[in-house]
Amino acid sequence: MSLTHTVSSRNAKTTAPLAINGLSVAYQKKPVLRNVSFEVKEGELVGVIGPNGAGKSTLMKAALGLIPSLGGEVLVYGKPYKQQRQMIGYVPQRESVDWDFPTNALDVVLMGRYGHLGWFRRPGAKDKAIALECLNKVGMADYAGRQISQLSGGQQQRVFLARALAQDAKLYFMDEPFAGVDAATEKAIITLLQELKKQGKTVIVVHHDLATVQDYFDSVLLLNVELQAYGPTAETFTQEQLQRTYGGRLAFLDRSLQHPSFSGGKGE
Amino acid sequence: MTMQTIWSMLADPNMQWIFIGCTLLGLSSGVIGCFSYLRKQSLMGDTLAHAALPGICIAFMLTGVKSIGLFLIGAGVAGVVATFGIGYITRHSKLKQDAAMGIVLSGFFGLGIVLLTLIQHGDYGNQSGLDKFLFGQAASMIASDVITMTIVCALLITVCTLLFKQFKIISFDPGFARGIGYPVAFLEQLLMLLVVVAVVAGIQAVGVVLVAALLITPAVSARYWTDRLGLMVVLSGLFGAASGAVGTWISASVSNLPTGPVTVLAATLLFGISILFGPQRGLIAKRLMRQRVKERFIRENEPRIHEQVKKEAAL
Repeated sequence: MSLTHTVSSRNAKTTAPLAINGLSVAYQKKPVLRNVSFEVKEGELVGVIGPNGAGKSTLMKAALGLIPSLGGEVLVYGKPYKQQRQMIGYVPQRESVDWDFPTNALDVVLMGRYGHLGWFRRPGAKDKAIALECLNKVGMADYAGRQISQLSGGQQQRVFLARALAQDAKLYFMDEPFAGVDAATEKAIITLLQELKKQGKTVIVVHHDLATVQDYFDSVLLLNVELQAYGPTAETFTQEQLQRTYGGRLAFLDRSLQHPSFSGGKGE
Repeated sequence: MTMQTIWSMLADPNMQWIFIGCTLLGLSSGVIGCFSYLRKQSLMGDTLAHAALPGICIAFMLTGVKSIGLFLIGAGVAGVVATFGIGYITRHSKLKQDAAMGIVLSGFFGLGIVLLTLIQHGDYGNQSGLDKFLFGQAASMIASDVITMTIVCALLITVCTLLFKQFKIISFDPGFARGIGYPVAFLEQLLMLLVVVAVVAGIQAVGVVLVAALLITPAVSARYWTDRLGLMVVLSGLFGAASGAVGTWISASVSNLPTGPVTVLAATLLFGISILFGPQRGLIAKRLMRQRVKERFIRENEPRIHEQVKKEAAL
């Protein structure tokens, strides 16, 4: 059954930027993602929303092949992601690295070019020019030579974004880029997302702030271990769906949804 | 200690070998140590060194021959078993890596000492000198050892130069490295293997107990002088080489001083200088900067305080 399933999906020749079919992931015994399937349209900004522990970051890491999955298929532009790595850009959570590493902002952005270089080649003048341009796009050109530990949290986040831009990908994964950044950085990120969209690129963003979802994203993907809902923001980001996703534990809701806040009850 | 004594020391062909050997050892350990330190695995070198002892003993018991090549294989196998042991413990229990390293390190070292005692009291003919691996004996270095050391050093530096980009990115952001398709697990194992090679090459001169110092100390010292990885690796290599050279020189000039421990002390002294005088991160530089900031703050705020006092007095 699973065999015919795989064959049929290959035959369907989907050319969507990202098509995920029956993806399941478990840490130890506990399932973190169960049978998630969806397909992302080209040129969309997609917000991935769900409570803590819903598997949002896991979905991203499994799609990128960073962690092993129990089963399921991930296709990027119709091919397994392993063959399409150059098309994928990734912005990990800022806390995932040690910012006291001996390197500067430009050097981190240059790492985005490594995937385009051979095994032994060093980044050259052309790569440097691209990296500088990417830093400029996130408003960080003046900080190119700055040691990365001397950047603020928001600036570090923008350096990570610039690195993803330098990858020159078509499909971007961003893991909570808005977490703990100042207003200037938030604005810079939004401008960048809009520009990427204009260039026809597809961006998938793990997002926490429910109040801004309607302003930022074309589509939302509601996740809580299983896929709860996926579709255009206007139709999918509703009170009913959110309640289902957050299981009545929602302590905060956008006022425009006209919904009384739930208290964050631990015992259910 | 004048130029005369350095010259006479270097004129002795035996000393020449030891001098070159220790300098090369410091150089290669310093270079590879940078990546261990930045990957927060400074203690991995220590674990691998202690794990090497039973490996060396078993290699000797099986073959009855004292040969660096065989010891390298024995130590390498023991090192791989030790790293898998640490990986297994951290993956399948709630223990953190430091606890797992402590257990594996002391377990292997205990086994090594037991085997060493067995060898010394058993009927292995050519056993003399194996106990020197505990604290090392640079004086026993001969021409063939130095040739081995030269090959090891050339290999380590070549691999680190060719794969600099890869080692840099797996040290900074392994997740991103995996995302762009680098075989991170393979590169991590390769780095570990290079550390094993550096450790085994160093054991003869410095001993299992102290060899980790040559991996950690020059790298940490170099970090105080620069914010660029490339320069840090070069500096760390130079610091290691200088420690080896100074260690040999002092132990040759003052009778009965052991080369290995003196080399480690020289590296420690360099660390002391670095942590004090490092241009930005050094303790003195930091204190001076804090003082400057404080003075400026007081200078800028003094007029305002005066005004306030005046106002209060007028009231």
